[in-house]
Amino acid sequence: MALKEAGPLSEPGLPRSADPDDEPVIDVRDLRMRYGKTDVLNGVSFTARRGEVLTLLGPNGAGKTTAIEILEGFRIRSAGQVSVLGVDPAHGGEAWRARIGVVLQSWRDHGKWRVRELLANLGSYYAPYSSPEASRPWDTDELIALVGLAEHAHKRIRQLSGGQRRRLDVAVGIVGRPELLFLDEPTAGFDPAARREFHDLVHRLTDREEATILLTTHDLDEAEKLADRILILAGGAIIAAGSADELARRMPAAAEVRWSRDGQRFVHSAGDPAGFVSELFRQYGGSVEDLEVSRVSLEDTYMALVRQFESGDGQGAERNFGMVTS
Amino acid sequence: MTDGAGVIGVGPVRGRAIRAAVRAGFNHGWIELSHCFTMVEDAFEILPLPLVSVVILLAVDSKNDHLPGTHFLISSTILVGMLVMNVAFNGMIGLGMRLTAEREDGTLLRAKATPNGMLGYLIGRIVVVSGTIMLTVVSLLIVGLAPFGGLALGRAMTWLTLTWVLALALLAILPIGAVLGSLFPSVRSATVLMLGSFGLIGISGIFYPITHLPTWLQWVGQAFPLYWLGLGVRSAVLPGNLAAVEIGHSWRHLATAGVLGAWAIAGLVLAPILLRRAARRVSGSSVAARRERAMTRGI
Repeated sequence: MALKEAGPLSEPGLPRSADPDDEPVIDVRDLRMRYGKTDVLNGVSFTARRGEVLTLLGPNGAGKTTAIEILEGFRIRSAGQVSVLGVDPAHGGEAWRARIGVVLQSWRDHGKWRVRELLANLGSYYAPYSSPEASRPWDTDELIALVGLAEHAHKRIRQLSGGQRRRLDVAVGIVGRPELLFLDEPTAGFDPAARREFHDLVHRLTDREEATILLTTHDLDEAEKLADRILILAGGAIIAAGSADELARRMPAAAEVRWSRDGQRFVHSAGDPAGFVSELFRQYGGSVEDLEVSRVSLEDTYMALVRQFESGDGQGAERNFGMVTS
Repeated sequence: MTDGAGVIGVGPVRGRAIRAAVRAGFNHGWIELSHCFTMVEDAFEILPLPLVSVVILLAVDSKNDHLPGTHFLISSTILVGMLVMNVAFNGMIGLGMRLTAEREDGTLLRAKATPNGMLGYLIGRIVVVSGTIMLTVVSLLIVGLAPFGGLALGRAMTWLTLTWVLALALLAILPIGAVLGSLFPSVRSATVLMLGSFGLIGISGIFYPITHLPTWLQWVGQAFPLYWLGLGVRSAVLPGNLAAVEIGHSWRHLATAGVLGAWAIAGLVLAPILLRRAARRVSGSSVAARRERAMTRGI
C-alpha cells in the first residue's frame, strides 16, 4: 500500500517463476506510440495477472484504444516491450490468435446471417486449437444461452436491437474460449438498461471462466462495477492504478461530511473525517442533525486527477495518486 | 503453453487449423450464396442482368439481323456481351466494392481477429463471386439455348472451351478485383471504377467488333483480359466460320490462354501482398472512424 513518489511509474516486476500460472498474462514495459510528431503513448507499463479484470480508464484521446490495439496485435508499437500470453503481439501467430478474444463493435457486418449460423461458422475456426484445459470452441447453443440470445438464435442479425447485437459481439469475442479477452469501450452509446445488462453478462463470464479481461472505458461507473484494478491513463501515461477503493483513498480530501444545524445544510470535505466529526460535536453537540459521512467517489477522484493533470501538473497528480501497489 | 507459436502451434495442429479455415470459408461462401435464393433483395442483385438480356434478345431476335457491315448476328453478340459484362462486373467491380465495403463495416476486422480468419474470408468471397457468376452464366446460356439462331450450344467443344476460358478469366479477373478493393479508400471512391470499366468494355470489342476501332486502340484493348474473355466466349458459342471477322481471322486460343494466364499470375502474386497491406491497416478505431463518417453522410 506504499504511496510512490513521482518517478517512473512501473509496477515492481513480479517474481519470475517456472510455473506458467504465475507469469503475467499481459506484461507491458515502457510502451510508446508516436504518430508523426505526436506521442500518443508515452511510456506505459503495467501487468495483468491470470483471471484479473483490468480497466483502462481515461478521457477521450488518452491513448486507451491505441494501447489495446497494440496488445491485440492490430497495431505496431513505436517502442517498448509487450508480452501477451508470453508472446509479442506484433509477431503473434494464428495459434496465439486462437487464445485471445476481441469484442469488436459490430456495425452492419453479416446483417443477413442468422445468429446461430455466424457463431457456428466462426467457432469452427477454433476447433483445431482445442486442448484438454480449454475445449474450443464454445458449444454454440450453450454460448447463445449464456449471452441471453436463445430466443433470437434464428433471427437475422440486422433484426437484433442494439443491446442484443452487442451481446452477440461478446459471444463472437468469446466463441473460442479465450484465455484473454479485450473489450474496447464496450458500452459506448448504450442506454442505462442495456448497460446494466452488459455488466451482468461480464459478471457471469468472470464467474464462470478463468479468463483475464482487459477493457477500456471512459465511464467511471463501469470501471468501478467491473474492474478488479483500474489503470488511469491520461496524456499517454498511466497516472494512477489500483482498485476503485484504493484510488479514492488517495484523494487529499478522503471524505465528505454533511450535516444540518438550525435548519441549515452544511457540506465539508475532510481528509480526516473522524477528527472533523468529533470536533463538530465538541463545538455544537446535540444541535448537529442529519450527519452523513461518505467516502469520496471514484468520480471525484478521477475528476480531480484529470483536472490536475490537464492543468499541466502531471507530477503533482502522480504524487497525490501514485501507484497503489498491492 | 507459454509460447503461442509453441506447443499447440506446430505440426498437425497447423495443418488441421488450415483445413478448418478452408472448410469454414466454403461454409461462409455457401451461406452467403444461399441468401440469393432465400432473400428477395439478394435475388434482385443478380437477376436483372439475365432478365434484361432475355428481353433484349427477344426484342432483336425476330429481325435476325446482322450488325451493320459485319457477319455478327445481333442477338448472339448481345448474349456474348452480356456474359462477358457479367463476369467482368461481378469479378472486378463486385468483388472490389465488396472488399472495400467490408473493410469499412468490420467484416475484415472480424476475420483478422479469428485464427486463420483471413484465409477463410477470402475463400468465402471467392466462392460467392464465382458462384454468382456461374449462376448468371448458366441462366444466360439457358436463354441462349432457345433457338435464337447463331449459337452453337450443341457441341461438346463449346462447353469444354467455355469451361477453360471462364476458369482462366476468373483467375485473371478476381485478383484485379481484390487489388482494386484493397486500393480504394472507401466505397464512394470505388464508383470511379464503374466509369473505368465501361470505358474498358467499350474498347474490348464486347458489343461491337474490335476490328472497327483504330489500330492503336485495338492494341490497348488487347492488353486487358476482357477482350480475351470475350474472344474466348465467342469462340465457344459462335459457329466456327465467324472467326473470320476477328483479328487475324482466328480465335487465337493460344494467345487467349497466354494473356489471361499472364494476368492471372501477376494478380495472384500481387493480390495477397496488397490485401495483407490493406488488412494490416484495419483496426477497431479505423472501423469506428469510418462508421462515424458514413453516419454523418447519412448512409
